Amino acid sequence: MVPLSYYLLLSAFLFSCGVVGFLIKRNIITIFMSIELMLNGVNLSFVAFAAHWHALAGQVFVFFVMVVAAAEAAVGLAIIIAVYRTRETLNVDQVNLLKL
Amino acid sequence: MTANLNLWLIPVLPLAGAAINGFLGKKSSRQAVTAVALFFSGAAFAMALWVALRFSSLTLPYHEFFAHWIRITGFSADFAFYLDQLSLVMLLVVTGVGFLIHIYSVGYMWDDPSYYRFFSYLNLFMFFMLMLVLADNYLLMFIGWEGVGLASYLLIGFWFTKDSAASAGKKAFIVNRIGDFGFMIALFLLIEHFGSLNFEQVFRSVAPLSAETAGAGLLTAVGLLLMLGACGKSAQIPLYIWLPDAMEGPTPVSALIHAATMVTAGVYMVSRSHLIFERAPTALMVVAIIGTLTAFFAATIGIAQTDIKKVLAYSTISQLGYMFMACGVGAFSAGIFHLMTHAFFKGLLFLAAGSVIHAVGGEQDMRKMGGLKSYIPWTFLTMGIATLAISGIPPLAGFWSKDEILWKAYQVSPVYWAIGVITAFLTSFYMFRLLYMTFFGDYRGATAEARSSHGHGPHGHGEPHESPLVMLAPLMILALLSLVGGFVGWGNHFEHFLAPVFGTGEPAAEAASAATEYLLMGVSVLVAFAGWWLAYLLYYKRDDLPQKIADALGSFYQTVVHKYYIDELYGAVFVKPLIDGSTRILWQDVDRKIIDAAVNDSADGARNVSDEVRQMQSGNIRSYAAWIAAGSAAVIAFMIWMWTKG
Repeated sequence: MVPLSYYLLLSAFLFSCGVVGFLIKRNIITIFMSIELMLNGVNLSFVAFAAHWHALAGQVFVFFVMVVAAAEAAVGLAIIIAVYRTRETLNVDQVNLLKL
Repeated sequence: MTANLNLWLIPVLPLAGAAINGFLGKKSSRQAVTAVALFFSGAAFAMALWVALRFSSLTLPYHEFFAHWIRITGFSADFAFYLDQLSLVMLLVVTGVGFLIHIYSVGYMWDDPSYYRFFSYLNLFMFFMLMLVLADNYLLMFIGWEGVGLASYLLIGFWFTKDSAASAGKKAFIVNRIGDFGFMIALFLLIEHFGSLNFEQVFRSVAPLSAETAGAGLLTAVGLLLMLGACGKSAQIPLYIWLPDAMEGPTPVSALIHAATMVTAGVYMVSRSHLIFERAPTALMVVAIIGTLTAFFAATIGIAQTDIKKVLAYSTISQLGYMFMACGVGAFSAGIFHLMTHAFFKGLLFLAAGSVIHAVGGEQDMRKMGGLKSYIPWTFLTMGIATLAISGIPPLAGFWSKDEILWKAYQVSPVYWAIGVITAFLTSFYMFRLLYMTFFGDYRGATAEARSSHGHGPHGHGEPHESPLVMLAPLMILALLSLVGGFVGWGNHFEHFLAPVFGTGEPAAEAASAATEYLLMGVSVLVAFAGWWLAYLLYYKRDDLPQKIADALGSFYQTVVHKYYIDELYGAVFVKPLIDGSTRILWQDVDRKIIDAAVNDSADGARNVSDEVRQMQSGNIRSYAAWIAAGSAAVIAFMIWMWTKG
């Protein structure tokens, strides 16, 4: 039996990778994938806790998160395509029209 | 039986005239403006006459309710009018003399570019003055009181492009504020203690009170404060200083507002409040002392003035002093009598002076006049009559009223009488001095050739010339009134007429005999002729003497010429500290260093903080994300810290 802390450490590592990727990458697609990574890191801790406490609520939450993530991916990719069409770049530093 | 007189129309008619001329006058012709102004002021006079004719059939005092104004629990004031013998006299004087001066102004102001504005103001003045006179409560009276002050300000500063006129207007307004402050506190006291400002209600509450002989009390306070108001409006010591400066206004204004009507409002107000004053002997004594001192003091200044209008201004102050002296000795009807005759002869004097100024092309310095008798005979004749009247030469108007006052003053204290008689002598002297300097001797002004070559001003035209009939007619009517106006005092008719208002005379009068009265009358006639003779001697027979006397008196004479340096004194004691204090402390310290600094510093602070904080808003998505991450990390760190601690 793998102890809970291992799962949690892996989950924290995945989440931190996501945060760091989100912060340092310039490509929107990569940033988007970093967000997915964070979500999955969270999912991992959910299922780990669910298994540990023998409670199903955690697993149900994971399904919700996956559904929302799928919906977000659909909308997010559509936005990315729209951005690419108008700006002809995927570099977020150049998508700054709202800046004064 | 209460017939409806529609009294409200009397003040509203001039108001309509003021509105029409004020709004439409600029585009109308002079003829149309004249027609409007004269029609509405004339209509007010006609209505006043009509009221006077129906007067005997009225139940007095007559009340007329026009509209609600203020109605709250425990206090009410309405737009309501009050007519009794006293208001009738004032009503006739204001509308009558006012109408005559309107006619005169048509001639005097014809060439002025702001002709319509002048008549609009003049009608506005009539409106407020009639409100003041007809009001049935102190509050409505106060509206009129303030309104005439406003009209006075507008008309003194009528030629507002002239610096001296603009500041004279301000001076009049500000000095009057000091008096109004007293008037208002008196009104507050009346509301506080009697719960009303309605004349009848206040007087009904006051009537049963006994006289405050032991010194100060409520009525004394009210009386003194009312007197402070009267001092401002009627130019008495210590607030008289605005009236001489007010001569910057056009001459008809000086005649109407600063001689005949507005400045007598204080006398009217004190007389109207006679029930309060009669129960406050201290206040009454103060009124008498102020009146007596002002009469004497102003007369001495009047002697040394060389500006024709300034002489008349100081004369007005002095004559108002007489009226207050009369009120102060309890002879209110004598005061009102003098008010009426004074309105005739002083209005006439100012109008005639205006005619003189008109004749010599705007010159006001009497040293540059002289010998005008043959150039402007009608002005000379009417002004001569007015001079005789004001000097108290029988049987002209001034003699009757002044003698009445002196006689009543004698019964209270011979001191008042003595100062009054000396003042009468001075009055006669400076008035005949004015007459001799202006009309006799040789013409000392610029010659006809010099004038035409300089070609100055709208009035700059050749020889002195007589005024048009439109100006002379009012002069003649007023001269007639000055001649015969005093006869209403014959056999004390006037006093009996006003008796329902002021009560039935003074019982103390019995003490003095008729012989004394005739003796005193003889003395006052004698001093009047003495003043005449002295003026004749100094300014006609031996016109080198005045200069010698002035040189002999040296610095004292200079002091009198400079009006005892009262203006300078007030300037040093009140005005300069006020301006300096305002500039240094209130402006530079309080306003700039505290108020402005607080506002500016907080704005600067906000901007400096914002300059730092706005660095966060870089527009860079990843920096926003970093801020979110850092924030989350901070929150998590905080929660862990709380968790480990607890």
